[in-house]
Amino acid sequence: MDVVEGIKRGDRRALARAISVAEGGGAAPLVAALFKETGRAFTVGITGPPGVGKSTLTGALVTRARKEGKSVGLILVDPSSPFSQGALLGDRIRLSEHFTDPGVFIRSMASRGHLGGIAGATGDAVMLMDAFGKDLVIVETVGVGQSEIEIAEVADTTVVCLQPGSGDSIQVLKAGIMEIADVFVVNKADHPMAGQLRREIRVMMTMLDWQGWAPALVMTQATTGEGTEQLWEALWSHHAYLQESGELRSKRAGAFAHEVRNLIVGRLAASVDGAMAGAVASGLMEEVADRVLDPYAAAEQILQRFDPKAPAATAARLAPRVRATVKGLHTASAAEIAHHREAGV
Amino acid sequence: MPDQTKRPIRIVVAKAGLDGHDRGAKVIARALRDAGMEVIYTGLFQTPEQIVETAIQEDADGIGLSILSGAHMTLFPLVVEQLKERGADDIVFFGGGTIPADDAAELKRLGVRAIFTPGAPLAEIIEFVKSECLKRREVLR
Ligand code: B12
Ligand SMILES: Nc1nc2c(ncn2[C@@H]2O[C@H](COP(=O)(O)OP(=O)(O)O)[C@@H](O)[C@H]2O)c(=O)[nH]1
Ligand SMILES: [Mg+2]
Repeated sequence: MDVVEGIKRGDRRALARAISVAEGGGAAPLVAALFKETGRAFTVGITGPPGVGKSTLTGALVTRARKEGKSVGLILVDPSSPFSQGALLGDRIRLSEHFTDPGVFIRSMASRGHLGGIAGATGDAVMLMDAFGKDLVIVETVGVGQSEIEIAEVADTTVVCLQPGSGDSIQVLKAGIMEIADVFVVNKADHPMAGQLRREIRVMMTMLDWQGWAPALVMTQATTGEGTEQLWEALWSHHAYLQESGELRSKRAGAFAHEVRNLIVGRLAASVDGAMAGAVASGLMEEVADRVLDPYAAAEQILQRFDPKAPAATAARLAPRVRATVKGLHTASAAEIAHHREAGV
Repeated sequence: MPDQTKRPIRIVVAKAGLDGHDRGAKVIARALRDAGMEVIYTGLFQTPEQIVETAIQEDADGIGLSILSGAHMTLFPLVVEQLKERGADDIVFFGGGTIPADDAAELKRLGVRAIFTPGAPLAEIIEFVKSECLKRREVLR
């Protein structure tokens, strides 16, 4: 299948396959072929703690976008298990009414060990959906609620969702999420503490000096769609602000600097993994465990011989021990997982 | 391009029709995840069109359908048909639930690759999914 041609033709299978290729580390030729077709989509990131209503709200936004005929791409990121590298991707449950809408493309994505709230290939997937011609691309982050700030590098507009009665306003101050929010959403407006959370956010906002855009604050009830209209308007006002102020271009330049750096670090990391695999195989880590060699000295030793251009290898993963699996799977699991890892699957 | 057989296997686990029994589907989803696969769970009450479109957009290697409502002889064939119609019958389609042996045999004849009923060992299910999906990838490559 020529996925590049397929994407230009609007073939959904081609887009689906292209995202898989990108996830597998093969994005470079696809992006090279399609980069000139990108930059048109409005990209929105939705972040916030698990259960706050990100997926439900995303569904409400899709409904709103479709009302005026805008096509939408969704990327829903969930964490991979550090134990099995598997993942349970369940965000679609709240979006089933959009499954067969030809104007909507939904992709679930496992973080595959990437930290920061999105997957390593999320940025590539956004570009592919953009090249495919989606007017709006929404990314829902993992939602662990802490230092998930990478979304702001991928999205033009970042929406931070907060939950009444959960002490979230404190989290916001702590985790640096305040700095990335272009729009605050207090979801579950039907909750008795919703008004209080809104006041807390207001107060926090008055304590800061805003340059240019001060975040909008919207109350929503994602389950009924209430407040979606205000959120929709806030998103587009921010979009208009970005364009009129010229910030869109500088913001994207900054984001690309971050991405290019990540690409370099990623390449280096693969070489580091190769060097680590060699060191592990030669028993260097046992020496450390026996307290013969200290960790800093071991690192120094590996770095002495380190060749950044050496062929990449997959990580010598010292995965944590699996302590619980589904009943009946237990005896099979250790061997299964070992087999799986060996196959690199 | 990196070897595409080395990506994690992706499976859509689905519930169709009016069937609200979701324990089995969740156990299977969790077991496949613990075996290193990426499992997309659609939730309840899906139509065959929704299930197949999901599998296409998710670039899934397989679809696992769970039915305990007795409607298996209607819903499984509809998914098979939908897969053919969308040119996606390379996707490994299998399932499980309370399905009598005779019906299971008939469903396999119609193109469902395997049916697992209550008591089927999870290790066997995992082995089936893994080997069929990897075979599919070898062919597609
Ligand atoms: C628990 C249960 C319920 C619970 C469900 C809770 C839930 N959220 O799941 C409740 C009480 C809600 C319920 C309600 C009903 N139930 Co009920 N229920 C059962 C019961 C006792 C066990 C099902 C179960 O959870 N098993 C445990 C799980 C882990 O096993 P499992 O689902 O079978 O999955 C295993 C395999 O089948 C297979 N598998 C299953 N799915 C898949 C998918 C894939 C991809 C793969 C590979 C394998 C696989 O692998 C799993 C692991 O081994 C069965 C009886 C039985 N013996 O199965 C009846 C049963 C399924 N229920 C039945 C009925 C009739 C009903 C009701 C209609 C009753 C009523 N009149 O209200 C309602 C319908 C509810 C609805 N909306 O659909 C009938 C169905 C008859 C039929 N098939 O024609 C059964 C068979 C009981 C009977 N003998 O009459 N039920
Ligand atoms: N009461 C109430 N519940 C909501 C609202 N929005 C979402 N929920 C519920 O919150 C739960 C988590 O929603 P979900 O969208 O999956 O959250 P996510 O984990 O942030 O994606 C679900 O049970 C939703 O039905 C809301 O506005 N009010
Ligand atoms: Mg979600």
